[in-house]
Amino acid sequence: MTDEQEPKPAKKAKTPRQKMAEQPAGERTKNFNEVPFGFSPEQAVLEAARCIQCKKPKCVDGCPVNIDIPGFLRLIRDGKFIEAAWKIKEQNSLPAICGRVCPQETQCEQLCVLGIKDKPVSIGYLERYVADAERIAGEVRIPPLRPPTGKRVAVVGSGPAGLTVAGELAKLGHKVTIFEALHEPGGVLVYGIPEFRLPKAIVKAEVDYLRALGVKVEVDMVIGKTITVDELLEMGHHAIFVASGAGLPQFMRIPGESLNGVYSANEFLTRNNLMRSYQFPTYDTPLLRGKRVATIGGGNVAMDSARSALRLGAEKSYIIYRRSRAEMPARVDEIEHGEEEGVEFHFLTLPLKIVGNEQDYVRAMVVQRMELGEPDDSGRRRPVPIPGSEFEMPVDVVVVAIGNNPNPLIPQTTPGLAVQKWGGIIADEKTGKTSRDHVYAGGDIVTGAATVILAMGAGKNAAYAIHKELTGEDLAPVKPESTPSAS
Amino acid sequence: MPARILKKERIAPAIYRMEVEAPLVARKHRAGQFVILRVSPTGERIPLTVLDKDPAAGKIVIVFQVVGKTTMMLEDMAEGQEILDLVGPLGHPTEIHNFGRAVCIAGGVGAACVYPIAKALKEAGNHVVTILGGRTAEHLILEREFTATSDRLDICTDDGSKGLHGFVSHRFLQILEEREGVDYVLAVGPILMMKAICDITRERAIKTVVSLNAVMVDGTGMCGSCRVQVAGKTRFACVDGPEFDGADVDFKNLISRLRAYKVLEDESRQLYAARRHACEERAQAEAASESQP
Repeated sequence: MTDEQEPKPAKKAKTPRQKMAEQPAGERTKNFNEVPFGFSPEQAVLEAARCIQCKKPKCVDGCPVNIDIPGFLRLIRDGKFIEAAWKIKEQNSLPAICGRVCPQETQCEQLCVLGIKDKPVSIGYLERYVADAERIAGEVRIPPLRPPTGKRVAVVGSGPAGLTVAGELAKLGHKVTIFEALHEPGGVLVYGIPEFRLPKAIVKAEVDYLRALGVKVEVDMVIGKTITVDELLEMGHHAIFVASGAGLPQFMRIPGESLNGVYSANEFLTRNNLMRSYQFPTYDTPLLRGKRVATIGGGNVAMDSARSALRLGAEKSYIIYRRSRAEMPARVDEIEHGEEEGVEFHFLTLPLKIVGNEQDYVRAMVVQRMELGEPDDSGRRRPVPIPGSEFEMPVDVVVVAIGNNPNPLIPQTTPGLAVQKWGGIIADEKTGKTSRDHVYAGGDIVTGAATVILAMGAGKNAAYAIHKELTGEDLAPVKPESTPSAS
Repeated sequence: MPARILKKERIAPAIYRMEVEAPLVARKHRAGQFVILRVSPTGERIPLTVLDKDPAAGKIVIVFQVVGKTTMMLEDMAEGQEILDLVGPLGHPTEIHNFGRAVCIAGGVGAACVYPIAKALKEAGNHVVTILGGRTAEHLILEREFTATSDRLDICTDDGSKGLHGFVSHRFLQILEEREGVDYVLAVGPILMMKAICDITRERAIKTVVSLNAVMVDGTGMCGSCRVQVAGKTRFACVDGPEFDGADVDFKNLISRLRAYKVLEDESRQLYAARRHACEERAQAEAASESQP
């Protein structure tokens, strides 16, 4: 631990923002274990005591699910870790997940007033700490549930949005069944986010918590195929919440993309995370492990891929991004972790084609250097190719992490469900209501690929709207409308 | 959800027919669609052909050829045991119309995919000629079933042990030369067979549907492992297919992609074969020691 200062209750000693201990970079690239170890109890108390308990806490405005942040920090300060976890759970059923994957730096922590002169309170690390403390102590508490309403709700997809809706509605006394297409619940939390960033045991614990609330989880059910949305209604569900995610990977449409060794990030990560090909041949799903892996893209998914490649034994793991570092959408934490581990960044670099060997396996990628020109529609300076700057990089695996389109299965099989031109389901921003009666939607299938917490925020609003439709009771929180964008 | 094996039958060397309990899939399945299954908690997900369904009995019939570890494990499963995960039906159903004169070409285990489609084509009023091919007479499957659903069944074997001595593509060319008139072709079997058929029909502008057995993981469009090149565009066999207009398919690319994991798949298979062998030896040794007084 870097900091050994004792808190001095009498005087206001200035405590620096605490850092979590983590696996050294050289060691962690040899395993898939989680990188940070988390706070010690002493650190948690020190860090929570940094909060000055604002009367009008700005941080809460930055939280899409409205957690009572000063409230849970106060409980931590007083050493009441388990109670702090329960306090968070009043608003957020999945704190162990959010504490790990939320972009706090653009949400609650961005608005923390301490951040003006010093560093903001580590709200995310503390959320993670108490959620873990609750789980490890075996003190996971089932909150008081409302009496059964007799209403049934089907939730399509078990990612962050689906889990949130299910949890909220179960607490309100509704009978909820989650339908998951894959063989394990969790959606992107299990197929997408790697073990070293979000251990699957934590996702499992959070799903078990929902089960304890009375939520039923049915896996291997592809809604739209096995059962349609209309059939779910006919089966007696009073409302449907569609949270099927942004699961249809985009490719670059450059030559060589169907060579062996070219993966969408979804495939590369799914083979590793859901199917555990990093444990091949103990696990059966194979994966081509490159010696030199190029990941195309600049978001968190690209970082997850590049860091996974190192753990799979790559000697070189490159990030190929056509803009500059400042424009990278990935979280700062993730970029820094990648740098520490030895990911090499090639900014202002555009892939032109992927070259194969005689057996159609990737052998190289031809790229071109770019420079920043005039600002484009997004206000960011447009990357412009530098003529004659093309060169060939020897690589044997290419991971394309440039984003996803919404999964088409539900829109294709649900007559009357209005969709955007790009395929996303059209849903009311505040309630998640779609063009079909009793059908709500939220998460990436509505917004396009975004963050876990935004999907959870959408899930929470939809849960209140569904509850209102089913019972007439209005629980919608009084909350300022603006939540900072997270991408 | 888990699917109990109700009946298991070897119908040709290394080819099995299995009846499994899958009421939801049985209710929904239409010709052309497939299922994905996983047999163990450490297993991979593989797509398999659905031969038939019985919604009333809540069961489907799957057919598989033993080619890798997962199908070896399926081969080792007994009636009454449960397949850990079975999900479906996936993919688009075949577009069935009365096209007129339809030729259904079935090679090897691909016949299992052809059968429900041939049946549906027949029911829709088509005149159905089926060409069924296999390496030897022993390798032909579903002959009786095709007899019932075809106006005429032609059989080809590579070694001439039954029917015409030669490939299904030879027989198909003969049919075209006999000027029977062909409005619709369905071809499912080894990639080279489908390619040969499409090379014939492309220049004659005969509509030809092929079903592509690409490598899949989730089977719902999420990963893109099953991408195929069709008319110069990337399509996903799981959600855009599995059937495509054969004239536009890049078969060379499909052959490469199907080979992508060959080394790793061989490793898996050999490890499993060694384990299987060890089990058998142990069982034999136990049996021998028991039989001794």
